[in-house]
Formats: sequence, C-alpha cells, structure tokens
Amino acid sequence: MSVEGTAGDAGAATTLDTAWAVRWMRDTAQVVSENRALLIDLDRAIGDADHGENLDRGFGAVLSKLDDGTPETPAAVLKLVAMTLMSTVGGAAGPLYGTAFLRAATSLGDATAVEPSGVAGMIAAARDGIVARGKAEVGDKTMVDAWTPAAEAAQTAALAGATAPEVLAAAANAAHAGAVATEPLIARKGRASYLGERSAGHQDPGAVSTALILQAAAEAAGGEVA
Amino acid sequence: MSVGLVIVSHSRKIAEGVVELAAQMAPDVVLVAAGGADGDGGARIGTSFDRVQAGIEEASGGGDGVVVLTDLGSAVMTAEMVLEFLEPDARSAVRLAQAALVEGAVAAAVQAQGGSSIDEVLRAAEGAVVSIRPEELEPFVSHAAAAPGSEAAGSRGAASSGDGPRAGGSWTLPNEMGLHARPAAALAAGLADLDAEITVNGVDGKSVMLLMSLGLGQGRTVTVEASGPDAQAALDFVGQAVESGFGEPS
Repeated sequence: MSVEGTAGDAGAATTLDTAWAVRWMRDTAQVVSENRALLIDLDRAIGDADHGENLDRGFGAVLSKLDDGTPETPAAVLKLVAMTLMSTVGGAAGPLYGTAFLRAATSLGDATAVEPSGVAGMIAAARDGIVARGKAEVGDKTMVDAWTPAAEAAQTAALAGATAPEVLAAAANAAHAGAVATEPLIARKGRASYLGERSAGHQDPGAVSTALILQAAAEAAGGEVA
Repeated sequence: MSVGLVIVSHSRKIAEGVVELAAQMAPDVVLVAAGGADGDGGARIGTSFDRVQAGIEEASGGGDGVVVLTDLGSAVMTAEMVLEFLEPDARSAVRLAQAALVEGAVAAAVQAQGGSSIDEVLRAAEGAVVSIRPEELEPFVSHAAAAPGSEAAGSRGAASSGDGPRAGGSWTLPNEMGLHARPAAALAAGLADLDAEITVNGVDGKSVMLLMSLGLGQGRTVTVEASGPDAQAALDFVGQAVESGFGEPS
C-alpha cells in the first residue's frame, strides 16, 4: 500500500498506514465475534448481558461499511468506526467506544502513517475520551481499568524508542493485565454498580473487550502480544 | 409555541409511556419518545444515537428550545454525544436534564405547557425529585397514598429545622380545580429561587410533583411553613397566589 518517503524506523517494522487501520478493524470484528459468548457471559454475571451481542453487531456493521469503500487515512478509518458504533451498538459501549475512536481519529490528524509517539498519543486520547464520557476513574471496574495502563505502557514504550508495532504490543499487554485485574474489584460505575459487592469475582466485560481491541491493533501491525 | 421535550430511555415502551403520561397534562407540548435501539423490530433494549438526534430535531420545531430527559447511564452518554454533534446555534437551545425520568418529564411538561422558558422547564425537571433516596420519597408516598390534609403538617411543625427568620400561615383554596398541575408548577417556580426552606402541608414547596401529590382540592387548607432569609417573601408569594385562586374561576 502507501509507501511514505519518511523512512524513519530502522528494521522491518510494519508501517501503521490506512491498510493497517483497516486490518485492525477487520481483526477486531473477527475477535469480537469469536469472543461474543465470553463477553455475554461476563456481562450476564454483573450487567445486562448485552455487551457481546452489542459489540458484535457494531463491528459487524463496521465490516459492511469497510466493504463499501476504504477511507483515505488511518484517522478516517477510525472516524468511520466511531460513527458506526455510535449508531449501532445501543449499550454503553456505543457512546464510550464511539468517543474513544473519535478522539483517537482526531489525535492522528491527516497523517498517512502513525509514528510510535502517534500511537501513544492516540491511545491516550481514546482513554481521555472514555473518561470524559463515562466519568469513571481507575479502580471503578470499567474499561478505564484497561485503557489507562495501556496508555501509560504505550507512552513508556514510545519514549524508550520502541517501534510503532512494539508500542501497540505494550499497550495490548497492559490492557490485558488491567482487564484481569478488574476481577476482584467492586464496580462503582455502570450497570454493575447496582450489584455492589456481588460485582466482585468477575472481570469487567468492557475492560476485556478493550484488551481484545488493542490486541487486534497490535497483531494487525505484526506486533508480538504475550 | 413552547419548549419541546425528548424522552430517552433504553426501552421504547418506557419512552412512549412517559410521553403518554406527560401528554395528559401538557396537550400543547411537543413530546418525542426516543427509546430503544434498532433491532428486534425497533424494540431492542438500548439507546440509539440516530433516534435521539432525530428526536431533538423534531422537538425543536416549536422554536423555544428542547429539554432532553434520560434514564440510565448509556442514555445519558448517548444524549451527550448527540449534543456535541449539534451546531453551536442548535446546541444553545438544548438542555440535558439531570432528573428522574418520569417525575422530571411530567414536571417539565407541565412547566412547558405554561409557556415557560427553556431554563425554567429544566429547573422544573431537575427539581421534581431531588433525590431517589427512599427516606426522601417518604412524604411523596405517604401523602399520595393516605388521605392528604393539613393535620400532618401541623403535627410535624415543631421538629422542622432551618436557620434565620421563620414564617407560617394557612389559606383555603378558593378555585374550583384546587392545587392541580398548573398552580403547582406556578408555586414551585415562584418559590424555586427564594433562599428559604419552604414546606406546603409538609412537602417541599419547590417540587411540582410533591405539591401535586398532595391532591388538594377546592376548600382544602394550604399550610405553609418557611424558614430562611426569604421566608416572609415565600409566605407572601404563596398567600397572594392562593387568595387569587391562581387566576382561575372559583
């Protein structure tokens, strides 16, 4: 696909171009579909059992949109995803992921390839959008508990000189660890908060889907995810 | 023309039901239900960006602005997103109420029916139920369920708290319809900005819903107790409003 003149990174790191963004979203649709039952079960335990179904519907709609034509930049891909999720998901994940992808798109501007620092900035922007929309903090047992360590790990990796795929992999691994760490927490936001102490003992479905989405981003870039 | 309302709920039935309920008391107000999400024939539980967006557009037809009321979490987030996508001009004429859906919608509809401004309608919605803590709903429940009357208010007067000057008084409702929706809204709106704790027959005088729940008809006694800097002003306002029969026939 597009080969830019600014050959920055040494080595054979995958360029995070529009084709990567499209692969990311197609892989996300697939992994969400494969984990639909898992997400539904997690959400049934502490919520309203609709997270897997809603996300599967949303990313299914994203696939149809991408089949209709490929946007021109990574940001345009993410914006298309944001608008589609907002209209089709229905549950809290719609406005939350809609905001996340919209802010991520804005952070990328019209770049045709995303640099390591751009990856870190994109994930931080997504996290900030989710926090602004959902008013949740770290420890509330929400997707913020996956996005925040992901943003921090991406920032650390980018500053240490990692390639863009390595930055994504660091974010994905941190998101996964963050999702696992939601298990003992008592929910303070979202539908699960009505359960009080009974919400402990299950991973938060939004944190788990966040880890899946970031894992897809890393794998679409050829990054090694633990 | 009047302020329009959009009712956003996860459930299409809830949104339609709230519109139906509120419309009974506000026949001239544009009330739009924006409930549920696409799927299952439009009856899927969830909230829809597109429906909320279309609802706001429809409700803004009156030209006096729109107040949006929501139920649980993602309904709020969806509504916030829609607001962010509005052009600045359109955005300035929309308010998102932080209110209990049913009580807020009824109070807002009554206020809008009376021709109030968008911010007065918003205040009515948000003042309808201050909190959903059960102990604070107690007067609402007990007065609505039991036969209402001024005796209850009299017996609890000694226990009331509040700083500053106190004032109290009683009047008999002269108008045929009594303290129904419109006068309740007028009283609550008039008392809203006063710096005083005001009870009417034991319930919060600034709450349209609680005033209506008293169910006071013609000939019943309205007993007001107020404390705080504006206590006397509150008393004067209620007295004048009741004595005039709220401008209605007796």
